Amino acid sequence: MNYLLRRLATFPLVLLGVSVLVFVAIRMVPGDSITAMLGTEAGLLTPAQRDALAAYFGIDQPWFVQYWRWIGGILRGNFGISVTYGRPVLDVVLERFPLTLELAVLSMIIALAVGMPAGIYAATHSEKPSDLGVRVIAMIGQSTPSFVLGLLIIYTLSAGFGVLPAMGEFAPLWQDPLRNLSQLILPAVTLGFAFAASVTRIARSAMLDVLSDDYVRTARSKGASARSVIWRHALPNALIPVVTLSGIEFGYLLGGAVIVEQIYALPGLGRMVLDAILQRDYALVQGSVLFIAFNFMIVNLLVDLAYVALDPRIRLGEQ
Amino acid sequence: MIPLLSVSGLRVGFGRDPRANEVVRGISFDLADGETLAIVGESGSGKSVTALSINRLIDFSGGRITGGSMKLKRADGSLFDLTKASEPQMTGIRGAEIGMIFQEPMTSLNPVLTIGAQIEESFRLHRGLTGRQATSAAKDALDRVRIPDAARRLKYTPNQLSGGMLQRVMIAIALACNPRLLIADEPTTALDVTVQAQIMALLGELKRETGMSVIFITHDIGLVAGIADKVMVMQNGQAVEQGELNQLLDRPGHPYTRHLLRDVPHFANGRATRADGKRDENAGMNPALKVDGLVVRFPLKSNVFSRATGAVHAVDGIDFDLMPGETLAIVGESGSGKSTTAKAVLGLVRSTRGSFSIETNSAARSARPVQMVFQNPYASLNPRLTIESILAEPVIATGGRVDAGTKAAMASLLERVGLPANSLQRYPHEFSGGQRQRLCIARALMLNPSVVVLDEAVSALDVSVQAKVLELLVDLQREFGLAYLFISHDMAVVERIAHRIAVIYAGQIVEIGKAASVLSQPRHSYTKKLIAAVPTIDRRRERFELDTRQMPSLVRPQGFEPAPARWEAFGEDHMVRVEG
Repeated sequence: MNYLLRRLATFPLVLLGVSVLVFVAIRMVPGDSITAMLGTEAGLLTPAQRDALAAYFGIDQPWFVQYWRWIGGILRGNFGISVTYGRPVLDVVLERFPLTLELAVLSMIIALAVGMPAGIYAATHSEKPSDLGVRVIAMIGQSTPSFVLGLLIIYTLSAGFGVLPAMGEFAPLWQDPLRNLSQLILPAVTLGFAFAASVTRIARSAMLDVLSDDYVRTARSKGASARSVIWRHALPNALIPVVTLSGIEFGYLLGGAVIVEQIYALPGLGRMVLDAILQRDYALVQGSVLFIAFNFMIVNLLVDLAYVALDPRIRLGEQ
Repeated sequence: MIPLLSVSGLRVGFGRDPRANEVVRGISFDLADGETLAIVGESGSGKSVTALSINRLIDFSGGRITGGSMKLKRADGSLFDLTKASEPQMTGIRGAEIGMIFQEPMTSLNPVLTIGAQIEESFRLHRGLTGRQATSAAKDALDRVRIPDAARRLKYTPNQLSGGMLQRVMIAIALACNPRLLIADEPTTALDVTVQAQIMALLGELKRETGMSVIFITHDIGLVAGIADKVMVMQNGQAVEQGELNQLLDRPGHPYTRHLLRDVPHFANGRATRADGKRDENAGMNPALKVDGLVVRFPLKSNVFSRATGAVHAVDGIDFDLMPGETLAIVGESGSGKSTTAKAVLGLVRSTRGSFSIETNSAARSARPVQMVFQNPYASLNPRLTIESILAEPVIATGGRVDAGTKAAMASLLERVGLPANSLQRYPHEFSGGQRQRLCIARALMLNPSVVVLDEAVSALDVSVQAKVLELLVDLQREFGLAYLFISHDMAVVERIAHRIAVIYAGQIVEIGKAASVLSQPRHSYTKKLIAAVPTIDRRRERFELDTRQMPSLVRPQGFEPAPARWEAFGEDHMVRVEG
């Protein structure tokens, strides 16, 4: 508990660092909101008009003044207004987030449901043809880019079965669960396939390590069956690397999956951030990056807590 | 009468073609009910493979039984050939009729399960017990191996118990279902000598209580003297000699058995100490190393921001001096502070207090007069460097250049430590453990040091290799006038190399003096206990006493200072800390 509070106390510090980085980075990119908004026509503006617009957006001030005003706003719960959407940043981000979260959760479920059994199977049939088969598939899964796999899935379904992935207006889970799932299942499979391949490989190597550990030999010397050795003695010890990998992958997915969102025309966080960067929508980029960083930290914290639950040797908050 | 286990012509091989890679080549022995057979051999002799073949665990390590038979007399009196058993049949026999304990108790228990759950598993598997019945059976099993406060300990996970305690838990698991055969594969090798004595005592008592038969695998023929009825000596996968204990120890027939009994260091209560290097010969010389009031404390903090609430007093006021050409052995059990002392001398840990003075006796001595040889020769040589680079490392580290002179020094040192001259371009993996330790010694000597710290330098080596490396160390000491600080837990080795011995307990020296005097007439109660625990060939069938006392905690409150030591002298060079 004490540890949890101390970890949470470090969050603001990290977020402060992230905020400075993203704030400076986006301003180092040439161009500004005005050119991004008006395109070539921005060249037609008189200096007076330009100054007026700059003053309107607040980008006429030195960067530290801008930063100060932005941070001050955040402390009062105001993340600023998105130039492109004309709405509060937090509203825009929170509107996109459920889809991204759902997609990440679905992908992880697929990855674990496929990857864990495949990895365990390969480890217990090590160096046999079936192990080789699993390893080859996992290698393919890891090395296939998501746009190839995504397009392949769409093409196969439409050309082979005449089925088109459900497109159109995105339906949130709580409004129309069936339609929502039909929209998300293919993107989740596309993302989950590569994820599952990583899980398979890491689960296989972790299980192989653990199966040669002394305590597995002890379990066998007690007369434990092959099944009990695998599920009761080996698996719990092999979970740590799987949790580490899943946590990192999940954290990335929470930042949005630009390519898959693009292929399946999904309004997720990834495309939104990309658009915001292209549009020099400073407030939206800064706000969403902070949000993504916060989520990543939460996932990391959950991973650390999972370690403690899995392995009694790990004690948090001790040196 | 039909023996419990009758092994005949057992052959075990590894790899794709097991018949071509046989590690055990035709082993035969009979084991009667209630009998103890000791299998003695060095690493690679096939003793552990033989043990793992009996309960067919070898199947999981890539081994295959290629010939012979192993007939086990089952509980119902029928004979069963273990070499022909299927895996499901074996799961019914393992744990129920054959129990096994292993060398490393620290890694042999599942780290994520409580020890209670791990003991209960045996009862679930073979007795069908569940729930409260299984828990209470597990508690009885812990009581049986004399673990105090068993009910509470059931909920512990392995990381909360010491090595000795974990080995007791392993014994509890192995004996849970009263197997008639216990296979013990080097069960005390990883343990301190005092803990070893307790485990041996426990095994002896349990054997008397249950009447089980035991196969005891060990590299230490001295340990066998205390427990075995019969002994089998193995070398290169074959039994070179087997027979009754007394006959084999007193009238060894095979040269290898004689070698194990005579050439290998065995503890002889101070009768085998070195005769050279009398202290008074050096009178008037400055000590090579003088340590004054060495204190090493590690502060304990509850978190980064808070102040230290206490400290681990790893080393708490140690003084000694070491003359040129002399070996001072520091003995003690794990956690006593002996390695911390060595590291402090080398500056590898910061000492809290205390001073060192190191004498560089001649102008030829280098700027780094203290060098070190570590315990594990497999881990302490960088596998990516050639021997030449490894030997050049200390020269480069001190700002020297590797020139023709350095290369000549390398070649002559290699020759001096007994390695072929063409070794320079080879890599560490091409050498055996003993050769690697010779390399480490050569590396330590590259800078022409006056003091060499040897931290368990021969502990990882096979017994006959140990003897040769010790000989080399003694020769080098005479030739170069080296002073050795020899850290070890192995009294037999210490006896061969030490001129003086310092016994360290809970961070303090409790007894220091001439080796022969300390080993033959220990005065401090801890030294007595330590020496009594060392197995020897002379004391056969001796019953070790069960003693569950533990070393006191070294954690002290902030600002704690130990009471100043009072010393009592026995003879000219033998000081004992007054107990109080």
